[in-house]
Amino acid sequence: MKTYDVVIIGAGVVGAAIGRELSQYKLNIAILEKDQEHGFGVSKSNSGIIHPGTQNPPNSLKGRLCVQGNVLIRKISHELGVDFKETGELIVAFSREEIPRLLGLKKEAEQLGVPWLSIVDKTWLRKNEPNLSKEAVAALYAPTAGIISPYRLVYDLCENAVRNGVEIHTANPVKNILKTDRYFEINMPNDTFRSRYVINSAGLFADEISRMVGVNNFQITPRKGEEFILDKKREHITNHLLFPLPQKDTKGVLVIKTADGNPMIGPTAEDINDKNDLSTSDNGLAKVLTAAKKMIPSISESDIIAYFAGLRPVAGEDFIIRHEDKAAGFINVAGIQSPGLTAAPAIALLVRGLLGENGLTLKRKLLFHKHRKEITHLFSIPFSITQKLVKKDPSYGDIVCRCEMISHKEIRDAISRGAKTLDGIKFRTRAQAGRCHGSFCTTRLMKILAQERKLPLTRVTKRGAGSEIVKKDRLDD
Amino acid sequence: MENRKLTCIECPKGCNLSVDIENCRVMKVEGHKCPKGEPYAVSEIENPQRVLTAVVLSKGLSLKMIPVRTDKPIPKAKIIDAALAIKKLQITKPVKAGDVIAGNFMGLDVNLIATRDMT
Amino acid sequence: MTERDLVIVGGGPAGIAAAIAAHENGVRDILLLERDQYLGGILNQCIHTGFGLGYFKENLTGPEYAGRFIEKLHSLKGIEISLSSFVVNLTSDKTLTYLKPGMLSTIRAKVLIMATGCREKTREMVHIAGDRPAGVFSAGLAQKLINIEGLLPGNEVVIVGSGDIGLIMARRFLLEGAEVKAVIEIQKESRGLIRNVVQCVKDFGIPLYFRHKIAKIRGKDRVEGVDIVKVDDALNEIPGSGSKISCDTILMSVGLIPENELVEMAGVKDVNKIFGREACRAIFKVAKLWKIEN
Repeated sequence: MKTYDVVIIGAGVVGAAIGRELSQYKLNIAILEKDQEHGFGVSKSNSGIIHPGTQNPPNSLKGRLCVQGNVLIRKISHELGVDFKETGELIVAFSREEIPRLLGLKKEAEQLGVPWLSIVDKTWLRKNEPNLSKEAVAALYAPTAGIISPYRLVYDLCENAVRNGVEIHTANPVKNILKTDRYFEINMPNDTFRSRYVINSAGLFADEISRMVGVNNFQITPRKGEEFILDKKREHITNHLLFPLPQKDTKGVLVIKTADGNPMIGPTAEDINDKNDLSTSDNGLAKVLTAAKKMIPSISESDIIAYFAGLRPVAGEDFIIRHEDKAAGFINVAGIQSPGLTAAPAIALLVRGLLGENGLTLKRKLLFHKHRKEITHLFSIPFSITQKLVKKDPSYGDIVCRCEMISHKEIRDAISRGAKTLDGIKFRTRAQAGRCHGSFCTTRLMKILAQERKLPLTRVTKRGAGSEIVKKDRLDD
Repeated sequence: MENRKLTCIECPKGCNLSVDIENCRVMKVEGHKCPKGEPYAVSEIENPQRVLTAVVLSKGLSLKMIPVRTDKPIPKAKIIDAALAIKKLQITKPVKAGDVIAGNFMGLDVNLIATRDMT
Repeated sequence: MTERDLVIVGGGPAGIAAAIAAHENGVRDILLLERDQYLGGILNQCIHTGFGLGYFKENLTGPEYAGRFIEKLHSLKGIEISLSSFVVNLTSDKTLTYLKPGMLSTIRAKVLIMATGCREKTREMVHIAGDRPAGVFSAGLAQKLINIEGLLPGNEVVIVGSGDIGLIMARRFLLEGAEVKAVIEIQKESRGLIRNVVQCVKDFGIPLYFRHKIAKIRGKDRVEGVDIVKVDDALNEIPGSGSKISCDTILMSVGLIPENELVEMAGVKDVNKIFGREACRAIFKVAKLWKIEN
């Protein structure tokens, strides 16, 4: 039986950040992921906002970790070469009556340590956010807000962790966990691992994993959010991330940019029962569109080129991050809803501390590869560099995805970095993420994936077993 | 005498035809805007026929599938069987558009021909 | 930087016709850029007949029709054809940057013809709600999978929209052994040619539902079915008229939009008005202009 010091359950951004943090130490670490690829759960549907720390209660754990994470993410994105853009955010008031709430938010955020906040007036807004509704009267400006690609962050954290010795086992759902004297025995359909410590970062399923070790003190409720992506042609519709004043369970419908340039509007917030329900609705579209138009009146339904739904794993108001004394060595990292992406690096530090406090020896490795080679995306480099790349490797000049300008070389790189599915290619490269949604490149991508992974074309999937793209190949007739 | 309404499919105009039929024979056709309409109506009533197009698997050629068609229409009732038969064929040598892939295909007195050059 | 008298972007039927017409009118320095590995564009996957009735007085398939023009094109001197060439930038002074395997080039065109065709509207563009499983294809992608790649996308198909490609694909799926469960059209008549309704749908007894729309797509990993609903003449859903169809594949045939991103990149306004017949008129005008100037 394989034995580890630490097993992390769930390879979303939280599990990935913890894995990468711990990979600096002399430890045997495995990350287990139920899906075909990492980052296919909650993290996939994240908006990519790096929050400054506003809109959190002053004494909350999530608020503290968010403020800390906002600083840490800059260092990590630099080390890993993930594109982080500091855009700043505006929480917008639409009437005089709402201004005291802005001041209240400012005070709370300052108590948490959010830096450089200011209230900006109508004149400032007209100048710096010209498309914003004329109804806007003032806003709370937080310059440290930014955006990042959530899936690229997960992939880069994971790949760097692997480079530093962490094992990632995808398509390995945990079925049950047995506690013996010294170890947890973690059972999966085709394997059993043994580990001294288990970290539960299983997102929507963290309550089910926790129950496996007899800790049944929280429940995860999926809170659905529908998001709508606008055409890249509207890239400059906003300069900042725009928020309305927060409501009880949600930050409201936002108008933001994504890391790839497309604006995004949403999300909705609806508590549901089914942890697998990622459907979108006509109702959600109508709600989001109305709210987004209140912010930016020029947004129209025809700007929408894509939509999806994500599920926030909600376990009460705050994050749950604790060592469970009832199952010594088991650490729950649960209920990581917004601002989980921002907080992830800070969560990793907190978890490292909890492991140390509970008897794990943390000795630094002599050699830790903290940097990773930056990944080439043709769409983000000048033609002069492209020219050199194409000379070095002709397949950089072989464009596969027309909408986003992705070359054959970039697709092959994504596959060699771990993409096993068409969605895996999409999240790593953006191929199929443009206007035509893969109508042009799907056949080519299928053939490249089949060739590189030595799969028959009938076994190429969108996101894992059961989502095969085609049913029959004439070759098999 | 029976009257039937047909849509001519000889060209994209899609003329609405009115056909008088007696004892399974076409007596009169009206509504066609070109000379193709009348023979179409006669054939459609007395012996409906279609050109079948499909693709044939290739082996060792530049593209996986070679498009083919029958060089003349075949009886509509034979279309499904003919499509099945085409799925069993394979082409191993380079072809030119118009080359016969299967002569007297299924004994229907038509040839199955390639519709694209392939090396 | 090299300068060419005429650069044509797109080697489909429009681009090929433009090259031939320009040549006939005396242009001898022509560069034709095509992003695919072969000329002919979408005609290569349109293996059905119905092409050439007007021009050749014959009933040809897409590949045959394209083949005749390609042959003509190859016989003309002064036309350089560059395949696998993908234009990545276009400026307002008609400077183009294009990539092909092993090469990035920048050229200036004295005259530029954009024959970049169009793309299909997707499920996302018509905002169909529900799950987002594998098994939702644009009709043209399904056509490419079957006719070019020899791959059958699914066994039980529902087609959304009755555009010509959708109708033609209903027959193709059926002849490849799949079951076509329904064609769903929100309008009260087909958007496609009547002959395609007859020979692709009615011939095979495929149910065609007018004034219906898809309310929801169902299926976690792969499509499992669709919820359809009747609409009134104002296209509003009629309450209580919903029903379900189980299927593993959905084809979207809900219209085309011009692929005008490059022209927009060059700063041309209102490009979406230049489409179809207008584009043909524009090409005709260019050809005529050449005659006058040379």
